[in-house]
Amino acid sequence: MDYFVELFFSGLTRGSIYALIALGYTMVYGIIGLINFAHGEIYMIGAFTALIVSTVLSIMGFPLPAIIILTALAAAIWASAYGYTVEKLAYRPLRNAPRLSPLISAIGMSMFLQNYVLLAQTPDFLPFPALIPDFAFMERFAGVIGSSDLVILITTTVIMILLTLLIKFTRTGKAMRATAQDRTMAMLVGINVDHVISVTFILGSALAAIGGMLIASHIGQINFYIGFIAGIKAFTAAVLGGIGSIPGAVLGSFILGLTESFATGYVSSDYEDVFAFSLLVLILIFRPSGLLGKATIEKV
Amino acid sequence: MNLSAKITGFCAAAVLALGLSIPAMAADTIKIGVAGAHSGDLASYGLPTVKAAELVAADINGAGGINGKKVELLVEDDVCKPEVATNTATKLVSEGVNVVIGHICSGATKAALPIYRDANVIVMSPSATNPALTQSGEYPNFYRTIASDDAQARTEVDFAINKLGAGKIAVIHDKGDYGKGLAEFAKKFIDESGKAKVVLFEGITPGAVDYSAIVQKIKRSGADAVIFGGYHPEASKIVTQMRKKRMKTVFISDDGVKDDTFIKVAGKYAEGVYATGPADVTANPVTREYREKYKKAYGDEPGAFFDNAVAAALALTNAIAKAGSTDPAAIAKVLHTEDVATPFGMIHFDERGDATGVGFTMYVVKDGKYEQVQ
Repeated sequence: MDYFVELFFSGLTRGSIYALIALGYTMVYGIIGLINFAHGEIYMIGAFTALIVSTVLSIMGFPLPAIIILTALAAAIWASAYGYTVEKLAYRPLRNAPRLSPLISAIGMSMFLQNYVLLAQTPDFLPFPALIPDFAFMERFAGVIGSSDLVILITTTVIMILLTLLIKFTRTGKAMRATAQDRTMAMLVGINVDHVISVTFILGSALAAIGGMLIASHIGQINFYIGFIAGIKAFTAAVLGGIGSIPGAVLGSFILGLTESFATGYVSSDYEDVFAFSLLVLILIFRPSGLLGKATIEKV
Repeated sequence: MNLSAKITGFCAAAVLALGLSIPAMAADTIKIGVAGAHSGDLASYGLPTVKAAELVAADINGAGGINGKKVELLVEDDVCKPEVATNTATKLVSEGVNVVIGHICSGATKAALPIYRDANVIVMSPSATNPALTQSGEYPNFYRTIASDDAQARTEVDFAINKLGAGKIAVIHDKGDYGKGLAEFAKKFIDESGKAKVVLFEGITPGAVDYSAIVQKIKRSGADAVIFGGYHPEASKIVTQMRKKRMKTVFISDDGVKDDTFIKVAGKYAEGVYATGPADVTANPVTREYREKYKKAYGDEPGAFFDNAVAAALALTNAIAKAGSTDPAAIAKVLHTEDVATPFGMIHFDERGDATGVGFTMYVVKDGKYEQVQ
C-alpha cells in the first residue's frame, strides 16, 4: 500500500510537470488551432532566463523569496517577449495559409530556438540552483513527496483554476472564446483578433517560463534540449485530455504521469513509454478528440 | 615550394633507403609486425601505434638491439576491415614475423587471429577491447595492453561486493549501447559471484523529466547499492532524487559519469558517488618519457592508444630479450611471469592474455572532486 502511495505521488509529480507545459499547448490550439511546436523551446528559454536572473540576484544577496518572485517575473516577461515575437514572425504571416504551413513554420522555429540557445549559451548541462528549499514540515514525507514536487503540484492546480476563470469570466477570455469559435465573425463584431492571439501567446509563454523555472529547480539541471522531450510528452498529454481544453490538459497530464509511474513501478521502466502511448492510442480510438475535448463537426 | 619539394624528396629517399635496406639485413633481425588501420577514416586509431613502435624500436636499436640483433618493423595496413586483416596477417606471417603488435580494431583482430595462431605467432593488441578475444580461450597466442569492454563492469562489481559488502544490487541502465552493455556485464558478474544478488535490472528513458518512480522501485527492492550504466545527466537526476528521498543507497557508475559536469550538476548530492575511470598514468616516468619523445619527434600530442602501444612494444621486446630467443613458448612464459615497466606501471599478463594493472580504478566524489579510492 505504501508503495502504491509512493508511486501515486511520483506520477502526480510527473503529471504536474507535464501539465505546466501542456497548458500552453492547449491554449494556443484552442484559440487558433495551431500546434505550437516551439512551445517547448519557450519553456527552455524560460528556464535559461531563470537560471541567469536567479544567479545574478543571489550574487547580489537578495533573500530567497525575493529571488523566487523576481526570477519568475523576469522569466515570464522574457519568455513572453519570445512567444510574442515567434507568433508575429512565424505564424501571423501564415494566418490564412493552409494548415500545414504554420505547422512547418512552428517546427522550424523550434529548431531555430534550440540551436540559437546552443550557440549563444552552451551545449553542456548547466546546474540549476534549488530555488525551492526543503520545508521543515515536509521532512516527514520526504520519502514520498518532496517540497518542490508539492510546490509544482500546487502551482499547476492554481494556474489551471486561474486560467479557467480568466477564460470564463473576463472580457479577454470572452474575446478568446469568440476567436476560437469563429475568427471571421469575431472580427466582424469588432474584436481585435490579432491582439487576442498575441495575448494568448504571451499568457502561454509566461506559463511555460514559470514551468521552466519550477521544473528546472526540481530537476537541478538544464540544457538547450530539455524543451524538446518535455514538449513532446506535454503535447501527448494535451492530446490525451482533449487538445483545446484547459482542464483536459491537466487531466491528460496526470493520467500520463500516473500511467508512466505505475508502469515503471509494477512492470518495468523499460516499458513506461509503451504503456503511455498504448493508452493514448486506446483513448483516441474511443474518443478521437480526447477525454474532455469537444467533438467538432466539419461542415462541408 | 622549394622547401616542401626538398622535404618530399628527402622523404622519398628515406623510404627508398629503408625499402632497400630491409632485405639486406633480414637475416639477423627481430621482425616485429605492426598491423592496424593506417589509412582510411580510422587511421587516427592506428597511426599512434606505429609511431610508438618506431620510438621503442629506435631506442632499442640505438642501444645495440636485443641480444645483438636489431629490431625491424614490418608495418602493414588493415584499414580496420576484417577481410583486409586476413590478408595483412597472411602477408606478415609469410614474411616471417616473430611477433605482431596489433591489430587495432576488435573485428579485424578477430579475423586475423586464427592465421597467427596457426603460424604460432604471438600477437599483442594495444586497443582491441572485445571481451571474447581473450576470454573465449580460442586464441592462446593473443595478448592485449588495454582493458576489455567488460573490465569496467568487473571493477564496479568487485568493488560493490568485496569492498562495500553489498548483498543486494540494483542494476540500472539508460538503454543505450554503452550503458546497457555495461549493465549486462555487471549483472552477469554479480550472478556469477554467488555472493550478491541482482534485485532489480531495468532500463530508464534518457532525458525524462523525473525519475522518482524508478527511485521508489530501487528503494522497495532493498538494494544496498545501485550500479548505473549510462551518462552523467541521468545519473545526476537519479542520485539527486534518491538523496532527496533520504535514501543512502550507494551509487556506483562508470566513466560516462566520471565527468566534472556530474559533480557540478548534482552538487552536494554527488558526494560519496563512486565512478570508475582509467587510472591516471601521467605521473608515471615511462609514460612521461615516451610522450616527451613523441612530442620532440612529431611536435604534437600523441593520439589514441599511444600509451597502450608503447606498453605492448616494451612488453614484447622485453620478453624476447629475457627469453633469449624468438621461440614463442619462451616469449609467452616471460610475458606471463615477469613484470615489465610500461606506461601503466609494472605489468605482466594473466593466463588469458589480459595485462594486469591496465584498466579501471574506482574514484569517489569527495569535497566536490573525484578522488582515486585507495
